[in-house]
Amino acid sequence: MKILAFAEQHDGKFKKVAFEVAHAAAQLAGQLGAEAVAVVIGKGVEKIAPELGGYGIQKVYAADDDRLALYSSTAYGKVLANAAESLSLDVILLPASAMGKDLGARVAAKLKAGLAADCIALRGEGGSILATRPVYAGKALIDLKVNSPKKVFTLRPNVFSPGSANGLPASVEKLSLNLQDSDFSSKVTAVSIAKAGRPDLTEADIIVSGGRGLGAPENFKMIEELADVFGAAVGASRAVVDAGWRPHDDQVGQTGKTVSPSLYVAVAISGAIQHLAGMSSSKYIVAINKDKDAPIFQIADYGIVGDAFEVVPELTAQMKKALGKD
Amino acid sequence: MKLFVCVNQVPDTETRVKVGQDGKTIDRSEINLILNPYDEFAVEAALQLKDKNGGEVTYVSVGRDSNKEVLRKALAMGGDKGILVKTDSVGDSYSVASMIASALKDSGADMIFFGKQSIDYDDSAIGTMVAEMLGLPSASVVVKLDVDEGAKKVVCEREIEGGKETVEMTIPCVITAQKGLNEPRYPSLKGIMAAKSKPIQEVTPSAVDSLVEVTEMRKPPAKQAGKILGTDKTAVPELVRLLHEEAKVI
Ligand SMILES: Cc1cc2nc3c(=O)[nH]c(=O)nc-3n(C[C@H](O)[C@H](O)[C@H](O)COP(=O)(O)OP(=O)(O)OC[C@H]3O[C@@H](n4cnc5c(N)ncnc54)[C@H](O)[C@@H]3O)c2cc1C
Ligand SMILES: Nc1ncnc2c1ncn2[C@@H]1O[C@H](COP(=O)(O)O)[C@@H](O)[C@H]1O
Repeated sequence: MKILAFAEQHDGKFKKVAFEVAHAAAQLAGQLGAEAVAVVIGKGVEKIAPELGGYGIQKVYAADDDRLALYSSTAYGKVLANAAESLSLDVILLPASAMGKDLGARVAAKLKAGLAADCIALRGEGGSILATRPVYAGKALIDLKVNSPKKVFTLRPNVFSPGSANGLPASVEKLSLNLQDSDFSSKVTAVSIAKAGRPDLTEADIIVSGGRGLGAPENFKMIEELADVFGAAVGASRAVVDAGWRPHDDQVGQTGKTVSPSLYVAVAISGAIQHLAGMSSSKYIVAINKDKDAPIFQIADYGIVGDAFEVVPELTAQMKKALGKD
Repeated sequence: MKLFVCVNQVPDTETRVKVGQDGKTIDRSEINLILNPYDEFAVEAALQLKDKNGGEVTYVSVGRDSNKEVLRKALAMGGDKGILVKTDSVGDSYSVASMIASALKDSGADMIFFGKQSIDYDDSAIGTMVAEMLGLPSASVVVKLDVDEGAKKVVCEREIEGGKETVEMTIPCVITAQKGLNEPRYPSLKGIMAAKSKPIQEVTPSAVDSLVEVTEMRKPPAKQAGKILGTDKTAVPELVRLLHEEAKVI
């Protein structure tokens, strides 16, 4: 059995989740007595491919082509499925990111492979792989097995450890590609990355979220200031997204983003079941709410029953001091 | 244009999930089923295109008899007819995608719309799988859509981590809809009445085996309610200390 890690990169830089997937593949290979290799797709990627050696991958196949600079569901799908076929790679791991989910579905359909999406644990046992994943927005967990010869798993970002970077650089082999114009029937022509400075919600290690109790959009300034001290992302409840105070990409919850940061700070959020569904797997949860009966306190590790307008600026000030940023 | 929208029936977001007798699926008694929220954006996108360019909107749902409810709900919003691909064994995303692909194979679809994700198993896969099975281009998690029917060209924006990608493709193609794409209309009373007489065709799919097997379902370990540290800002130093010494997140 051979395991393929799809190492996602943008603009010649690996995403953190690429290392998580690479390391997970290496660990799984260790448990199964199998070999783990990586595939990287893009423009100029041959140069960065050796980096993956640090995360337990010895061999990287690079699909390096100018036309692959930006994502194309159809072309990337063809490249990855062809690599899996020609190199007899039966188990394919991808990140459950915007790219990985799309590509994983393409490749699974191409290879007639069962897909286990959004996994939070993988174990190799007696020659087979047992995956665990949340369903119903984290209200339940399932264990599953993929029974087809080829198997695709997507891994929830921020859950698997990237290990620590050590080890020798990986050896790199360039894949020969046979791409036609028709393979690019769907293609990305431009990318715009919004707010620089703050990390993205699904990748952030710390998130500070605000809810309707903040009363007005301008009061999110206080949330942003606290987030900036933590180096955190800013999230929001649906109530404030629906009110137009925050863009919908900030929404955390069952119909927003699912996040699992190390620390989630919920400010003036009541903790409706749909909100909890998106963040209850956070490692530590802090709630600041003036209503002691707010459901958010039932899952918070640390709570302060108090007025956000008093508590948050104080927390920002003390954090600055603690982190030597004042 | 020939427009298709695939709609799924899922438990209401309020649902408190209980594990069923078999230990592998949820207990479906006392569950309120709804049209998958993301599919409403898909329905609205198709209806807006029909409003603009004319044509026909057909809804497709794979599942039990009860899936007719979501077909009716979509038909109440607008559109022309429904197809129920009737099966009691709704399996993994590959098997559902295969059934949708065979139902649409010779349909002459110009565009096929999906939600970006079902809120039951949250796979975010079926739309792109169907596209691949039908040999079509696709864009997933779409928040903005421009269709030039004459030029058969689609330009859309999809959400990615921290930003957006512009995707170009040609018709026929597949879109999976994300919140923000539009504001789904509410069914009017007239719409609800009209939906009752719109046709729903039932088709029996050939069996497709699930490639994925669930071995166990369980509730996640319950989170213990934690400590209330205080009732005003005097609790802040203790919070900072705990974050540093106990949680070790800072
Ligand atoms: C189909 C569906 C999907 C949904 N999906 C989501 C989702 O993905 N994400 C989501 O978040 N919601 C979702 N919801 C909505 C959810 O049910 C709640 O309505 C929403 O989460 C409430 O947001 P909130 O906590 O900000 O507001 P509220 O419930 O109004 O809570 C405001 C809180 O602020 C507190 N407060 C007020 N003033 C202060 C102050 N000065 N200081 C401190 N605290 C204060 C109050 O005590 C209260 O607890 C969904 C609902 C439906 C029907
Ligand atoms: N049983 C089904 N019948 C019809 N369409 C479905 C079904 N299940 C999922 N879909 C469609 O596929 C989308 C993505 O679902 P999923 O890949 O399961 O997250 C949904 O938003 C629906 O548009």
